Amino acid sequence: MKRAWPILVVLTLILAFWYLGSIWLNAAWTHDQAARAGTAVGWRDLVFGAMNQERPVLPPPHQVLGELWKGVTGFAVTSKKSLVHHGLVTLTATFWGFVFGTVLGMVMAMTIVRSRTMELGLMPWAVISQTIPVVAIAPMIVVLSNSMGLGDHLGVENRLVSKTIIAAYLSYFPVLVGMIKGLRSPDPMQLDLLKTYSASDSQGFMKLRLPASVPYLFASLKVGIAASLVGAIVGELPTGAVEGLGARMLVGSQFGSPIMVWSALFAAAILAGALILLVRLAESVVLRAMGMRA
Amino acid sequence: MTLVALAVVFWLVTWAVNFWAARSRWSATRAVRILIPVLFGLAVLALWQGITVGLNVPEVVLPAPTAIGAAIADNLPMLGLDFVQTVLKGALSGFLIGSAAAVIVAILVDRSPFLKAGLLPIGNFVAALPIVGIAPIMVMWFGFDWHSKSAVVVVMVFFPVLVNMVAGLDASDRMQRDLMATWGASPWQALVKLRLPAAMPFLFNGLKIASTLALIGAIVAENFGSPTVGMGFRISTAVGRLDLPFVWAEIAVAALAGSAFYGLVSLIEKSVTFWHPSQRGS
Repeated sequence: MKRAWPILVVLTLILAFWYLGSIWLNAAWTHDQAARAGTAVGWRDLVFGAMNQERPVLPPPHQVLGELWKGVTGFAVTSKKSLVHHGLVTLTATFWGFVFGTVLGMVMAMTIVRSRTMELGLMPWAVISQTIPVVAIAPMIVVLSNSMGLGDHLGVENRLVSKTIIAAYLSYFPVLVGMIKGLRSPDPMQLDLLKTYSASDSQGFMKLRLPASVPYLFASLKVGIAASLVGAIVGELPTGAVEGLGARMLVGSQFGSPIMVWSALFAAAILAGALILLVRLAESVVLRAMGMRA
Repeated sequence: MTLVALAVVFWLVTWAVNFWAARSRWSATRAVRILIPVLFGLAVLALWQGITVGLNVPEVVLPAPTAIGAAIADNLPMLGLDFVQTVLKGALSGFLIGSAAAVIVAILVDRSPFLKAGLLPIGNFVAALPIVGIAPIMVMWFGFDWHSKSAVVVVMVFFPVLVNMVAGLDASDRMQRDLMATWGASPWQALVKLRLPAAMPFLFNGLKIASTLALIGAIVAENFGSPTVGMGFRISTAVGRLDLPFVWAEIAVAALAGSAFYGLVSLIEKSVTFWHPSQRGS
């Protein structure tokens, strides 16, 4: 409770500022209406006028929450209007991107730790690959995976393939960096001890380096899954906005419906929070099973 | 087919050279450290060229590096305009405003432990959210030109920098702070002479993350509306025309800009935090 208190206060402050902001930003519409009707505008009109507009500049929190609630519970899960449906589409791409990105990052980390040639040759390019804005490549990846028909071979939609590639591209790097750090974390004493046991290189790897890297791996997985979600959302933009939370945002902005954009944004935020929580849960279970945390 | 074979041979040769160089006694020298990744990159380019030309890969799937180079040379003025619009006006301005705001807020918040305890978990959480999603909202508020791109970048870079800066301001030890107190230093003096310098490694950590986010934000925002200039706009229209060499030319410029941006931040970091162990290593 002692730790929750400051957070609650700050959250309340944010909410208060949000309401003030929406009253201030939405005032223009009320003024317009009043000018047309020829009536004067009191502060009361400004406050109430800001709360329930069709196309507010900044929708107040309760409107966003209402739309979010409607999107989640108001429609059948298969409906095109259901946020659950769009969330699931995004989640699928996030999940596969995360899986492939994690595997790629782990394999690269293991080869880099074991081979100096790979370290010197590959690592600078891994860093450079992250400074390249992936979103610039996103439309390219979409075209490539469409023209090669990757999805048709695998029996899934081409759209999913391109989103997965983008999500994996964003999520492999944190895993790579964390995994390298983890594989190098055993100190010389421990490595020497294994040598005195006359353990082979691969035994040392399996029994010491790999287990030692697990806490580092989980720290990176939390970053990686968030990055993967960003990749999936960004990957939905150039595909022409068909399905998914990113598509929802694009449609909302094209139809000038801010509430739709905000509700999709919040759905994405909730999804991100839930995913990170899930990884954290897995972390505590695994670490406990390995005896690393009491 | 011979071209493919040649490319593969080149790949194998560079691989052997790299392998040898990494094991030789010069492996720690600067020259080898630069040579190996460069050779690796050249091998990838050669393989790319050999396969696309040798196997007659259609340009719609993957253009050859030479075709991309020609597209860059042919469209230099246009690429320059896009660079100014997206990188300098959109990303850089947002990066500077957002980071400056985050640093100022961090210093203000630092005076109040209560606010810090409330803001830090929220900042950490928000930093993990897909903030790119505010792009459509910013485009609605600030219009199609670079102002909206800049606004997206401001929000995107704010939280990572804030979280790192707050952590950095806590980085000085108790002992060091006590020493400042025994010298009768005012809080302001302690901040400027001890805590700000101690925070710099953390700040640059945040700035490096922010530098890659900045370009992503600026380019994504162009998907939601932009004037007829800018990298994101140009890439999506060029993809529509299937003018792939030009798309790759834009990607190359974006990659160069991103790497240069990151490199610049690292360079400044090196000169500001020269005292930090991570910089003294080699």
